[in-house]
Amino acid sequence: MGNETLIEAIRTKLAAAVESVSESLGDQVLTVRPGSLRSAMAALREGPFDYAVLLDLTCVDYAAGEGRFELVYHLYSMSRNTRLRLKVSVPAADPAVDSLNGLWKNADWLEREVFDMFGVRFDGHPYLRRLLTYEGFEGHPLRKSYPWRLAQPRIPMKDKA
Amino acid sequence: METPRIQRDARPESMLINMGPSHPAMHGTIRIMLELDAERILNAEVEVGYLHRGFEKTCENKTFFNLLPYTDRLNYVSPLINNLGYAMTMEKMLGVGVPERAQLIRVLMSELSRVSDHLTCLAAMAMECGAFTVFLYMMKAREFLWDTIEFTAGARMTTSYIRIGGVRADLHPDWRGSLATAVRETRKVLKDVSGLLDENSIFLGRTRGVGVISKEDALSYGWTGPCLRSTGIPYDVRKASPYLVYDRLAFEVPVGEFGDNYDRYSVRMREMGQSLRLLEQVAALIPDAAPLTGSLGLEPAEAIRRSRRQRPDERVHLSPNLEGSEKERLGGLMTSDGRVGVPPKEDTYTTMEGLIGHFLFFMSGKGIRPPKGDVYFSVEGGNGEVGFYIVSDGTDRPYRLHLRAPCFHIVAALEQLIKGRLIADVIPTFGSMNMIGGELDR
Repeated sequence: MGNETLIEAIRTKLAAAVESVSESLGDQVLTVRPGSLRSAMAALREGPFDYAVLLDLTCVDYAAGEGRFELVYHLYSMSRNTRLRLKVSVPAADPAVDSLNGLWKNADWLEREVFDMFGVRFDGHPYLRRLLTYEGFEGHPLRKSYPWRLAQPRIPMKDKA
Repeated sequence: METPRIQRDARPESMLINMGPSHPAMHGTIRIMLELDAERILNAEVEVGYLHRGFEKTCENKTFFNLLPYTDRLNYVSPLINNLGYAMTMEKMLGVGVPERAQLIRVLMSELSRVSDHLTCLAAMAMECGAFTVFLYMMKAREFLWDTIEFTAGARMTTSYIRIGGVRADLHPDWRGSLATAVRETRKVLKDVSGLLDENSIFLGRTRGVGVISKEDALSYGWTGPCLRSTGIPYDVRKASPYLVYDRLAFEVPVGEFGDNYDRYSVRMREMGQSLRLLEQVAALIPDAAPLTGSLGLEPAEAIRRSRRQRPDERVHLSPNLEGSEKERLGGLMTSDGRVGVPPKEDTYTTMEGLIGHFLFFMSGKGIRPPKGDVYFSVEGGNGEVGFYIVSDGTDRPYRLHLRAPCFHIVAALEQLIKGRLIADVIPTFGSMNMIGGELDR
């Protein structure tokens, strides 16, 4: 299956979920509606598409200009040796999207990291807790509204709390 | 404050114990909370982030040129591969080609780094299993490799040698000699270590059938690199989507069978053999530096002595691995695209236009400004696929820069691998994963 036919096939199969298809510097990019993220991912993981590896998940903060966060998923298909980039926009006022826990095992930590850094909520995540920063950290450091080099308050010592 | 899951769910009769963050075997600072029934691990929870220093946030506040030294500090055992990953991502975004010589030097540096990465991982793993001799042997070999790197790049670990558009400077004049020594010594060490560990019953007892992961789970966790290959899946970025000149070089991708600690050890050992093969091939491909036209120039000491009386007009003879030492050499090392490379120092210090060019490159708001858009590119690092995702808004700073750290995904599986095993199994399992705090916690 060539790249174009593959994208066409995905488009037909997931017509309800796909918002737009584009290409960025040779990479295929699929924009998906937030409500159907989980079902779209489940379909892409299986069968003819076979995107069996969730390579990466990250988020980009467009809150200031466009009022949204953009979640960026990278999928990889081992059998066809192709990558796919999936984007989902969530409103900055109440950023939430379905968790992919259960589809991929690394979704657990990847989503915890995005929650930690951006404050995006993943509905259905069994243990949504900060990953790289600590309990008691205030704010979400990778948001553009968070100043670089902002000092954090002291937290109480654990055994005295 | 919310209590960790493991504390909340612990059975009243079991014992909770911390392994790390400050534990001799937790090299890289990580906390593993264990729920124990005697020595049996009932449940585990891994806490990371002790080395989190806001790499991605810092990058958003640095120019594309400035942030390169920060990439050295990601996987600090193989910094050149991080440099390469970042530089190639930027080149993909800018549409810049790199001269042949620079590509060959990049392969040479990548493979040196890969061997040093694997050596460090296995050395630490073996030492934690009690094989201290192996640690010393491997550290010795690593020194020879780092000598070669240091000759050319000037630093052992924080190299910043691979730049956007090429490499910083040419190889050291005596690079062939130091490389040959490094390859010879590393081969010797690999042979010795093989003899010490391959059939060592203590080592086998702690690695065979311990920390087993299935193919399906490895893929589901997003494993890449030697850890994924230990399960039998031959995925290697150098083969799957070849970059630089890897498609012209002959090498194999060693795979394991069971995905246990021993296979991860064995895959790394065999991969080092392949990397040494690659080093020899690529060294044969790199032509000797072309002699410069005209006279060799004054020795630096002589130039200083003469300059006390009057400014010498002759060229000063400098080592080719000094940045910007000779403009004529830059052609083979840096792209000619004026947008990405630092202008030659000779021009900066001698001509007005050169000085203006220099300021335009370094002034805030000028410099490297890729077009709007986003890009993902990955290279094969010591631990697996090192990917950079960069979003540019057309200014000289990244709007967003994200690193796909290979050991993030690997360490995420640690909880599963040690559950139900004995407490002593944590050490070789964790050791064989090669957790690097710099890239895991960013």
